Amino acid sequence: MPKRTDIKSVLVIGSGPIVIGQACEFDYSGTQACRVLREEGIRVILINSNPATIMTDPEFADATYVEPITPEFVEKVIAKERPDALLATLGGQTALNAAIQMHDAGVLKKYDVELIGASIDAIQKGENRESFKEVVATLPPEWGAESANSVICHTMQECLDGVEGLGGYPVVVRPSFTMGGSGSGLAYDEADLHRIAGSGLALSPTTEVLLEESILGWKEYELEVMRDTADNVVIVCSIENFDPMGVHTGDSITVAPAMTLTDVEYQRLRDISIGIIREVGVDTGGCNIQFAVNPEDGRIVVIEMNPRVSRSSALASKATGFPIAKIAAKVAIGYTLDEIPNDITAKTPASFEPTLDYVVVKVPRFAFEKFPAADPTLTTHMKSVGEAMAIGRNFTEALQKALRSLERPEAVFDWSKTWVELDKQTLLEQVAVPHDGRIKKVMDAIRAGATPEEIFDATKIDPWFVDQLALINEIAVDLIDAPELSPSLLRRAKRHGFSDVQLGRIRGMSEDVVRGVRHALGVRPVYKTVDTCAAEFAATTPYHYSSYDEETEVAPRTRPAVLILGSGPNRIGQGIEFDYSCVHAAMALSDAPNGLGGYETIMVNCNPETVSTDYDTADRLYFEPLTLEDVLEIVHAEQQAGPVAGVIVQLGGQTPLGLAAGLEAAGVPIVGTQPAAIELAEERGAFARVLAEAGLVAPKNGMATTFDHAKEIADEIGYPVLVRPSYVLGGRGMEIVYDEETLADYIGRATEISPDRPVLVDRFLDDAIEIDVDALYDGHELFLGGVMEHIEEAGVHSGDSACALPPITLGDLEIQRIREATEAIAHGVGVRGLVNIQFALSSDILYVIEANPRASRTVPFVSKATATKLAKAAARLMLGETIAELRAAGALPATGDGGRLPDNAPIAVKEAVMPFNRFRTYEGTYVDTLLGPEMRSTGEVMGFDAGFGQAFAKSQAGAQNGLPTSGKVFVSVANRDKRHMIFPVKRLADLGFEILATSGTAVVLARNGVKATVIRKLNEEPLDGQVRSTIVEKIHDQDVQLIINTPHGVTSGGSPRIDGYEIRTAAVAEGIPCITTVQGLAAAVQGIEALIEGSIGVTSLQDWGRIVTEARG
Amino acid sequence: MTEAVLVLEDGRVFRGESFGAIGETIGEIVFSTGMTGYQETLTDPSYKGQIVAMTAPHIGNTGVNDEDFESRRIWVDGYVVRDPARVRSSWRANRSLDDELSAQGVVGISGVDTRALTRHLRERGSMRGAISSSSADVESLLARVNAAPTMKGASFLADVTTEQTYVVPAVGEKRFTVAAIDLGIKGMTPRRMAERGIEVHVMPATSTFEEVAAVAPDGVFMSNGPGDPAAADHAVALLKQVLAAGIPYFGICLGNQIFGRALDRGTYKLVYGHRGINQPVQDLTTGKVEITAHNHGFAVDAPLAGQFDTPFGPGRVTHVCLNDDVVEGLALLDQPAFSVQYHPEAAAGPHDAAYLFDRFVELMQTDKTGADVQAGA
Repeated sequence: MPKRTDIKSVLVIGSGPIVIGQACEFDYSGTQACRVLREEGIRVILINSNPATIMTDPEFADATYVEPITPEFVEKVIAKERPDALLATLGGQTALNAAIQMHDAGVLKKYDVELIGASIDAIQKGENRESFKEVVATLPPEWGAESANSVICHTMQECLDGVEGLGGYPVVVRPSFTMGGSGSGLAYDEADLHRIAGSGLALSPTTEVLLEESILGWKEYELEVMRDTADNVVIVCSIENFDPMGVHTGDSITVAPAMTLTDVEYQRLRDISIGIIREVGVDTGGCNIQFAVNPEDGRIVVIEMNPRVSRSSALASKATGFPIAKIAAKVAIGYTLDEIPNDITAKTPASFEPTLDYVVVKVPRFAFEKFPAADPTLTTHMKSVGEAMAIGRNFTEALQKALRSLERPEAVFDWSKTWVELDKQTLLEQVAVPHDGRIKKVMDAIRAGATPEEIFDATKIDPWFVDQLALINEIAVDLIDAPELSPSLLRRAKRHGFSDVQLGRIRGMSEDVVRGVRHALGVRPVYKTVDTCAAEFAATTPYHYSSYDEETEVAPRTRPAVLILGSGPNRIGQGIEFDYSCVHAAMALSDAPNGLGGYETIMVNCNPETVSTDYDTADRLYFEPLTLEDVLEIVHAEQQAGPVAGVIVQLGGQTPLGLAAGLEAAGVPIVGTQPAAIELAEERGAFARVLAEAGLVAPKNGMATTFDHAKEIADEIGYPVLVRPSYVLGGRGMEIVYDEETLADYIGRATEISPDRPVLVDRFLDDAIEIDVDALYDGHELFLGGVMEHIEEAGVHSGDSACALPPITLGDLEIQRIREATEAIAHGVGVRGLVNIQFALSSDILYVIEANPRASRTVPFVSKATATKLAKAAARLMLGETIAELRAAGALPATGDGGRLPDNAPIAVKEAVMPFNRFRTYEGTYVDTLLGPEMRSTGEVMGFDAGFGQAFAKSQAGAQNGLPTSGKVFVSVANRDKRHMIFPVKRLADLGFEILATSGTAVVLARNGVKATVIRKLNEEPLDGQVRSTIVEKIHDQDVQLIINTPHGVTSGGSPRIDGYEIRTAAVAEGIPCITTVQGLAAAVQGIEALIEGSIGVTSLQDWGRIVTEARG
Repeated sequence: MTEAVLVLEDGRVFRGESFGAIGETIGEIVFSTGMTGYQETLTDPSYKGQIVAMTAPHIGNTGVNDEDFESRRIWVDGYVVRDPARVRSSWRANRSLDDELSAQGVVGISGVDTRALTRHLRERGSMRGAISSSSADVESLLARVNAAPTMKGASFLADVTTEQTYVVPAVGEKRFTVAAIDLGIKGMTPRRMAERGIEVHVMPATSTFEEVAAVAPDGVFMSNGPGDPAAADHAVALLKQVLAAGIPYFGICLGNQIFGRALDRGTYKLVYGHRGINQPVQDLTTGKVEITAHNHGFAVDAPLAGQFDTPFGPGRVTHVCLNDDVVEGLALLDQPAFSVQYHPEAAAGPHDAAYLFDRFVELMQTDKTGADVQAGA
């Protein structure tokens, strides 16, 4: 069946900000969908509040709305654009929920919009657990598909009764309609049940949880299924979890294809999957189905399905070369699978099932170090913030590559100590509880002498996987015992994924020496191709991975190559924003005017969620770990294939930047800012000299290698001081320290302190305005990309603070000072390409906080806010073009820049999205929500409108909890903030809000003519005239609409003062907006005013771009 | 660890370690792309005369069980894998694959860059080769390879067929009797028929038409099997008699090629064949695509569009492989006879094409009803 001709325009809903459970995989899928639909001549309308996405680049849709994905705004877009159809199956749970809300509110009917991909009926059937169970029950009994015994509950009493019906604890609790397993967990007793089911009921939009018999320890599988309008169905990929049932798939190590199923069992899962997709009625597109298989007898329990493209779909696409999202979009508009060509072979159709001649391993990356109070046990509730994938010709190779792709030295197997710290019994106890790093503990248990049976009994990890770990260990033992590193032993080790670093640690040699020996022996990797068909047909798409095997498949080329190093697994502080810049570089350089027909762009990355690892983003893709060894081998392979112009290290964040020096030392040309310049900016002393020469100042600071030294510096500067380790991204380990005791505590915890790894001690600028700048520099001319003014004061990590562009309170004079300072630093450091500088303006002094000679997190935000493609321009600057040339070529505006925006330019507000609701403490309560110098946000949204109030209101609506327009506001602020809160709180009272306050705050308000109802804190006894319930109770009763609570005193290491903590965590649990800074309060008041005025509309990026471009002339 | 060597007739050499039995073996080297189902593959009689290379690197993970044999023994003449399992993991496993290969005397090699081998075969076509773990003398091995017969014109029917007719009883009520000519039949085929109320008389490849007629079949079936269809003259002659008698016919794999020859179509050798369980086949009568199991090195030469003349009235191509437009199914238009080149019985492979057994039942049902009506009239 060919393409439908009745669909002329489609609204695509994106997935909004990156949160745990929903990361950039939906940018990947949404970008593919937009691209496909436009190629088909369909008008694409897109709504997505996340500015860091590729899909929201104006050229990917006809009308791009960077607006909140809320019913209100989605309806506004529909009313304005009147699309024929809505495609919601490619934007994760967010998009699917938005579509359901549009349907329920009658909006789709009102505007005659057809839901394509999956019908409402199919979505309900697939997502509602009770109806899904009915679906499973309709399958032929001989297939043996069962559902776990379960009961649906709507109240706590029903939960308590339900447990008895299931035969007692443990039971699994799953709230309905939440994403990433949010709110789910395993209850071992009644207390657990109260805690998990209680919040689950609150989290579920339908106040519904499911209690289920425990199938902990069963084998877990997932099948990715694709169906077209003609009812052709294919299985794209099977995935087996290394971690058995009990750990969320997103937190599990997963393997593709399934490793431990016979054909009989696999075909049974396949039959069931196809039966389910038909019965649920997912007409077109992709979905995934999860299974548990009892290792004792093969009993199959169907766990769940997602009637949409999912995180696993992204993984499956990268694992197989079958572009699920792209195909899903094509079948959604009427094509059948046999009408769609397989891009990779170009000759065969998409109506087939990929077969793999390699093994893919995905490992999750966690961020527990950011949330020291959080319980790191892995459960059915997803906690990882990112993942790395690796491909090898066998499991051991893929696993070890995946572990080193995480860029955490502690994640890699290590035999440098010849003993294991713990005894076998302790290790077996530890591995019984899933946690980050368990696989290493399993390896330790093997080393400590645990038998495969003992390990299986403790972990239920399949014996085949356990044996693979044992195999790795046997090789390590051989390496330890061998008198010398023989060629055959070296080959064997490489064949099973050992890195040069690992070998060096085992043999007591440096990585370089190992590499030298290896190269001398001619032991080098070859590069194989992901081709969907196990080499049955020739591949036309160069999607490569390394392996220690015989034959390489890298094709010769004539155009000079540029390698773009990506940013690796998502983590807090380094995510989609960097991928955005890498993708832009690939787009810009493929047809750059170099007189040679452009560059051959070569992407290197290991994050399966990204657009950069789509095989058609760059000319060639290497799905490889971003380590020095792996990158050097790729460079070598490509140098054999043709000329290599150089490597781009400044777009992928800290990961590639950290490789720059090593690459240069190995003789690899780095394009753009040179490693020496990077060092200059990162090394404190050298940077201070750059500043001094430019007549600029930094806050007083010093570098300490011991506590005594740090104390000396702090005494000289004066408390409070900001302390942090050197060389970090996302402010890892950064804290504000108010006294000597806390300083000692900090140094005690910063275990890595050494002369090589000093701790930086800075003067902390209280009440300063923080300013972020992104700029381009070509050696002669500066292009100020954008000047962002933070809404929160200095001290909150720039990644976590909201900011506005253009800056809302800075005058021309200040911007001029910033421009001059930026140029001086860019010149002094030797930037060629992008630079990001953080300033603080305090008492009219412009302090330089830090300079990063690389693309920053804010590049996509700035690019969208100013209608300028900074990353594309940067890539061309790095390869030798100048700003003047780029202006002339139209790659940059002919006049002006981001520091000189037209007066009618819109205001963009960036707001961070925090993951606090994903983490619990050991006691089961939420972790605290305070902002500080350590970055904790996972994503961001952009609010975009003509005025700051509207833009801020949109940013809040998009981020998590929109601002209220009426109701009760609770105010409790620290003494130092009391002055600043009077005016905004008074304004809220004038706007009709009822003010609630703690006694101290209420007194101050009363003196200023604001009537406030006094409300009791948690630890206070009720007094006359006070409301009887405490503020925490009122929050849980949803009797408060806005909370203003600034931290009282010191916070450190996750142990803040208790009452504020209770208030903030209750707000997180109930989804009530909670403002923790006075600056945030002032902004919120402006937003609320704009909302009450009711003047907020929607405008596409394309329309804003025209306004800005025309004004620029 | 014993070293082993794989030598191809064009002189390419792969080195590895022995897997299974120690020794030397010569055969046609082919590759199979299935990621599951090695036990079914090894025991598929169609692989007689062939050394099979698995493109999936990990082989043997689920061991060998007593339930998934497709015939009484392993038939491949050699086995090439990359990473054989050291342990087996399956609640159904009875023993390890390595032990099973050794016990059955199957010579294999592991540690080979199977992808390089596959690419080589893809570009140059299937060819003869040898595995040896008993001699390191590549030169003499190569000479023996080149002296060995090629697959063209080869027949292994005498090796694989049953010596005596045996009966697979219908499951439940018996509705039909089928004479199944065993050209190397897989165990799943009679099971699929039996599930549909068919009593299956599995008969030797040498059976005569009289012997077939003696079981009073409602339908005749010809199975998959090894070798060159051009060498299967007896089966072709038998099928012509069956068709002339108007008995409903269903053929699979070699049974499709025999059918093609009986319809006066030629057969030819594919460059490297179809061996896998992910092959897209379109049913030209419905337009639907099914994912199917394949194992064939030869194919029928027939026009994809329109009809063609046969001694039994017009015929047509009913199924085609979407990867390369190879004929995958044939039918007579005026007579109840059809066949497919691929494996609706699967094992290993997807069950998408199981409906073909229903189609066979319908043919026999219609034929029977028609006959009854005639008899009654």
